[in-house]
Amino acid sequence: MRNLLQRLYQRAERRLPALTRYRRPENLPIELHRRRIYIVPTRFGLGFSLLLMIMLVGALNYGNNAALLLTSLLGAASATSMLVTFRNLNGLRLSHIRAGHAIAGSPLEIALTFEADRVRQAIRLDLGEQSAAFALTASGTTRLQMTLPTRQRGWQPLPRLRLWSSWPLGLFRAWSWLHPDQAVLVWPRAESAGPPPRAPADDARQRRRYHGDELATLRDYRVGDPQRHIAWKASARHPDLMVKDFEQPRSRPQWRLDWRQLPRLDNEARIARLARWVDEARAQQCSYSLWLPGSDIAAGNGPLHHVHCMNALAQLP
Amino acid sequence: MPQAVDHRAFDLLSLTMTMVLALHAPHLPWWLTAALAATLGWRWWQRRQRAGRVPRWLKLPLLVLLTLSVIASYGSIFGRAPGSALAVGLLVLKLLESETARDVRVGVGFACFALMAALLFDQGLLVTVMVALGLLPALATLRALEPAALETTLPVALRNNLGLLAAATPLALLAFLLVPRLSTPLWGAPAADQARTGLSDSMSPGDFTELLVDDHPAMRVSFDGIPPPPNLRYFRAYVMWDYDGRSWRHIDPRHRARRAMAAIDASSAISYRISLEPTHQRVLPTLDVPLQAPSHARLQPDREVLADKPVTHPLHYQLRSALHYRLQPLLDTRSRRLGLQLPSGFNPRSRALAEQWRQRYGNDDGAIVRAALSLFHDGGFRYTLSPAPLGRNAVDDFLFSTREGFCEHYASAFTVLMREAGIPARVVTGFQGGYWNAMGNYLLVRYSDAHAWSEVWLAGRGWVRVDPTAAVRPERVTLGAAAAAGDQLPWYRRDWLQEAQNRWDIVNRWWNQGVVGFNALRQRGLLTPFGLRDTDTTMLGVLLALCSIVFIAIGMAWALLQREPHDPLRAALRELERKLARQGVTRRIGEGPQNYLRRAARALPACREQLAQLMKSYLQLRYAHDQPPTEPLRAFQRAVRNFRVIRVV
Repeated sequence: MRNLLQRLYQRAERRLPALTRYRRPENLPIELHRRRIYIVPTRFGLGFSLLLMIMLVGALNYGNNAALLLTSLLGAASATSMLVTFRNLNGLRLSHIRAGHAIAGSPLEIALTFEADRVRQAIRLDLGEQSAAFALTASGTTRLQMTLPTRQRGWQPLPRLRLWSSWPLGLFRAWSWLHPDQAVLVWPRAESAGPPPRAPADDARQRRRYHGDELATLRDYRVGDPQRHIAWKASARHPDLMVKDFEQPRSRPQWRLDWRQLPRLDNEARIARLARWVDEARAQQCSYSLWLPGSDIAAGNGPLHHVHCMNALAQLP
Repeated sequence: MPQAVDHRAFDLLSLTMTMVLALHAPHLPWWLTAALAATLGWRWWQRRQRAGRVPRWLKLPLLVLLTLSVIASYGSIFGRAPGSALAVGLLVLKLLESETARDVRVGVGFACFALMAALLFDQGLLVTVMVALGLLPALATLRALEPAALETTLPVALRNNLGLLAAATPLALLAFLLVPRLSTPLWGAPAADQARTGLSDSMSPGDFTELLVDDHPAMRVSFDGIPPPPNLRYFRAYVMWDYDGRSWRHIDPRHRARRAMAAIDASSAISYRISLEPTHQRVLPTLDVPLQAPSHARLQPDREVLADKPVTHPLHYQLRSALHYRLQPLLDTRSRRLGLQLPSGFNPRSRALAEQWRQRYGNDDGAIVRAALSLFHDGGFRYTLSPAPLGRNAVDDFLFSTREGFCEHYASAFTVLMREAGIPARVVTGFQGGYWNAMGNYLLVRYSDAHAWSEVWLAGRGWVRVDPTAAVRPERVTLGAAAAAGDQLPWYRRDWLQEAQNRWDIVNRWWNQGVVGFNALRQRGLLTPFGLRDTDTTMLGVLLALCSIVFIAIGMAWALLQREPHDPLRAALRELERKLARQGVTRRIGEGPQNYLRRAARALPACREQLAQLMKSYLQLRYAHDQPPTEPLRAFQRAVRNFRVIRVV
């Protein structure tokens, strides 16, 4: 039975794409309007209408006008609730979607922002297997956190979302499919273990002083030193001008991560290894550069640099 | 396992069930109401402590107990009263196992049904309003089942549903007017269980005591023209000929030989309409002597009106009656025999008194009547609603020893005296008096206005009404039953309350006429003001469909209405766009105003200057301020209005 229903549903989707979704992905913001909101009675709604019929026949049979009036009132309220259900979705806007970062296989957090100019209650969002419910106050926005399962690195389009509501009485269910034209970038999964990157051994010997932020010594003035480096107080006690000398703290080893260093591996294994090295470099807070076919990322560190590198890895063909 | 509902939904469901129980309480046995209320309260308390279904070993015995107690008190589980008692009981038991949203929804549906069942017992205005209010917690329960609704307090939640019901009212009224009524019930006619004693077709002195304290409306009468004065407001119901020494009985026309219709010479007549409350009897009370019967009813030989079927629903009928008349000026022998018939061997002292009168006054029947009335007036008789009991010779006991009683005693004793004196006489029961509601222009007659009087046949005058009670207590006739009873009435029937009830009755009357009495017959005449004499079922169906379509259209318009914030600047630009589009320069999707107007200027070189100016002022107005200033905005609007495309050929 369930199978049959599923097959029918799939067939209906193929035949009548407009019934279940918007055919093409669309740009944000998406505003719900009457052409894309569908509404049917729920199972409870059907049962309730049966009950109303029984009440109607009973009231008519007993010639009881007060009961008939009550039945009419209840029936009319049910019919009005259908309009309220529709209005609850009509004009609702999905204004933007913000995606977080995730590596392939682990869930990706996305934040959906909804806007409306009226109060909306008990709106539910189905995304794959998950669902969430939210309400909007008058002229308010709501941000909804959902997670998206990921499988492989690269651009992953957002699945279609279903917004639905059975507010206020649960007698009718209105729904609309949203298919935002937006993709999220999934980072590659790093390999679990492997060799460390080839340490640039000579780098240690070529240690030299850099201009840095920390005051190291005072030295004699040389032509060309910037004026603001002159230590005026110290110079007053000396015959010559003294200059503050700044020095970079001893630099950590800089890693040069290079696609070309791993010629014997296939593409995905290379990417996985580079991803592990990038993660390790970030963990050790050392500076690293990354060379990939088509992009050459200069040395750097910090979270932004990490995102930059991972994005580049994720987007490799 | 579906998720259990939160306490808000459960509390509202409990409230709904409490309403249902309260509305059914008047007809349930008190102990059942108490037990169900206790069960409900206990379950509510238990669910507050810990969510979870009540175990089956507790539920099953309760179910059996409920069924048994319904059978014990009603004798069956079928029928209206036991059926609804069982339904209310089951509803409360349903609460014991209400945990999930599905349970709660089933409970709410069932509660709606039980609310409707309460109306089968009483369809008065107050009960109907209470039942409609009972829908509020039921609908609020359904709302509470929806997740992530905004937090509301109980009054707000109830008010929201009141709004929903108010919005639904026009459609509900339409459906109420147009849903075709059944002229005959589909299955078993509703049981004629008689809640009220009402008038009976037999009368023995002392019967009315219950009736005379029943303050429920019996009927409402509105007159065309001036209402008759209080002392003429006699409503005849039954004419009783048969006397067996104790009680008077109405002759069922089916069991007696046919008699001719009593002739009448009427000198003045009055038209009036009566709305009669259900009596479960066939008799239709009429003001004095009716000239003809209303439809679906028949005039009896004594000019009583019997309906073809017992009155089970409020009935409206229109009549003409004579106020000054000679009824049956020539008495046929059979009627004379009936009017003189007395059981032998009863009341020797009153017989002696009557024979004494006859000897003293000879053939002057009027003098004998006057003698009897003066006996009542001066003989130390007392009007009371709780008279002493009478023995075998009831009339003798009443006339010569107890000398207290109310209308039945006086009418009965008077009629017996007349028959003993050889004057044809009979007892008539019905209503006398009533409360004149000046605001609604109608006469409200209550069961407590029930009255009995006599009619005697006098040669040349026909049947003449004689009210012996009036001789004892004239207030009974001029002021009504309550005035006559004086201090013997319970506190709740005292003046001020009575007054308030009388005034409130106009609403009940409106309700009874407009809503409760709207039957198949009245529905057929629904469109008479529009020239349609008879609206049949098909017509009603078509009308219902048409009006529903109109309502759906209104509802859709409301649902689809998207109020766009009014922006005069944008409206002005739109106008300009329309003008340019007529020249073939349509704005493309996604094209900004600057690009568009530049393109327009290129396409229409004759207007280049103008368009450049318009574009500049538009951009200035739109982007230089949060709100475009009024004066430049007006100037822009004017410029757009005056913009004409100059064609250069």
